[in-house]
Amino acid sequence: MKTMLPDRIKSFTLAIAAAGLLAGCASSGNPKDPIEGFNRAMFAFNEGLDSAIIKPVATGYESVLPSPVRTGVTNFFSNIADLLIGVNNLLQGKGSEALSDLGRVVINSTIGILGTFDIASDIGLEKHNEDFGQTFGRWGVGSGAFVVIPVFGPSTARDTVGLVLDVMADPVAQVSPNADRNVLLVLRAVNARANLLPADKVVEEAALDKYSYVRDAFLQRRRNLIHDGNAPREPEADAEQVERPVRAEAGAAEPRAGADGVAPDSPVLVARTETAEAK
Amino acid sequence: MKLLFALFSGLLISTTVLAQEVAPVVLVKTTTEEVLEIVRKDKDIQSGNTKKAIDLVEAKVLPNFNFTRMTQLAMARDWRQATPAQQKILTDEFHTLLVRTYAKALTEYKNQTVHYKPFTLKPGETDVRVRTEIRQAGAGKNIELDYWLEKSATGWKVYDIEVGGISIVTNYRESFASEVRNSGIDGLIKLLQTKNKSGDAASVKK
Repeated sequence: MKTMLPDRIKSFTLAIAAAGLLAGCASSGNPKDPIEGFNRAMFAFNEGLDSAIIKPVATGYESVLPSPVRTGVTNFFSNIADLLIGVNNLLQGKGSEALSDLGRVVINSTIGILGTFDIASDIGLEKHNEDFGQTFGRWGVGSGAFVVIPVFGPSTARDTVGLVLDVMADPVAQVSPNADRNVLLVLRAVNARANLLPADKVVEEAALDKYSYVRDAFLQRRRNLIHDGNAPREPEADAEQVERPVRAEAGAAEPRAGADGVAPDSPVLVARTETAEAK
Repeated sequence: MKLLFALFSGLLISTTVLAQEVAPVVLVKTTTEEVLEIVRKDKDIQSGNTKKAIDLVEAKVLPNFNFTRMTQLAMARDWRQATPAQQKILTDEFHTLLVRTYAKALTEYKNQTVHYKPFTLKPGETDVRVRTEIRQAGAGKNIELDYWLEKSATGWKVYDIEVGGISIVTNYRESFASEVRNSGIDGLIKLLQTKNKSGDAASVKK
């Protein structure tokens, strides 16, 4: 839960320090997740915190407030967030997107009554998703190790640095007096959690191991966001390299069904990464 | 003039292609709308009857999916380690898991609408992505829902679905690989079977 700013920064520092300390620990050998032991512990801690406090509060919030009111709250914070989204688009050299974000703020803050209605989307100014972590990614910074931050949840080394900047630049965190600011921060967090409630059941249904399911989903999601929704398909791991000669042949002639253990009704795909990139 | 010719021949090709088969975007759209139409009228599914949602998915959605391909994608290189019999079981179990997940998501359906982004099928393409977007009335965030389809002898088949950039198939890759590493192909089969049985128990309770 988002509480006071100094506390949050303290927990970052703690997390980073702890992550650094534990970096030498043994893991299951996933190169993206070298501190898996630490991460699993933090994940369990966050899950506990969520089921004990955050989720019950969010569930109560959802049942008390009617849907249009919750939408208004979502829009209100989404409008504030558009400011930093615009800044990040600018930093990524996407001028027209940044301009559109600015337009969104102007329109939604006025006609949209302090942002509670997202008029800008209705008239075709698309909502973007940017943050400092994505900007670093766009600049070519690799994601680094996966890390689960206490309270905040899944992140990576790069995105943790991004998150510190996001928090420091967060307009809501600048609100004074502190009491008002804290109400806003809590409301935003609870509302955001409530929006995720329907996804909970689906994840429970889908995951064999919730930790790795959430981790891999998070990493895929970030990769996709950095590419603004146009990420090329991930290569088919080691299988890709082994099969490549076969693939090249298959492209020239008939798909060689069965040659590499693929059933005849599932022809080997040729050059699908290229197809994805072309779009 | 050249341009005009190119345009016309392009049109000609695309209409001949259309005449022969259902274009991927049409397939996605008709299936989605048909399923949502049923869900909108079905109070049981809306109130969380997963069993009924599963039946709906099995009947309407599954014929358009290639589960062998999906399982192969999720297994990556371990796929070829599995015997044909194991591959069959893995495919069946993964099928059950995905259907259950999909059905669960359907029971969460409120009154979202689906928008289909512009799509053009280039001549000769056999592997495509159909982009859609789930929109919630009033606002909130839109969710991108993309379908990857490949052309087969029996028409276009979906082999992957991406929700907000997260592939629901390749998301299993790491968990599958680590299970195979630790307890072999049979271990993974057992894990999937246990997971699916626990899902059974949960949906019976409802």
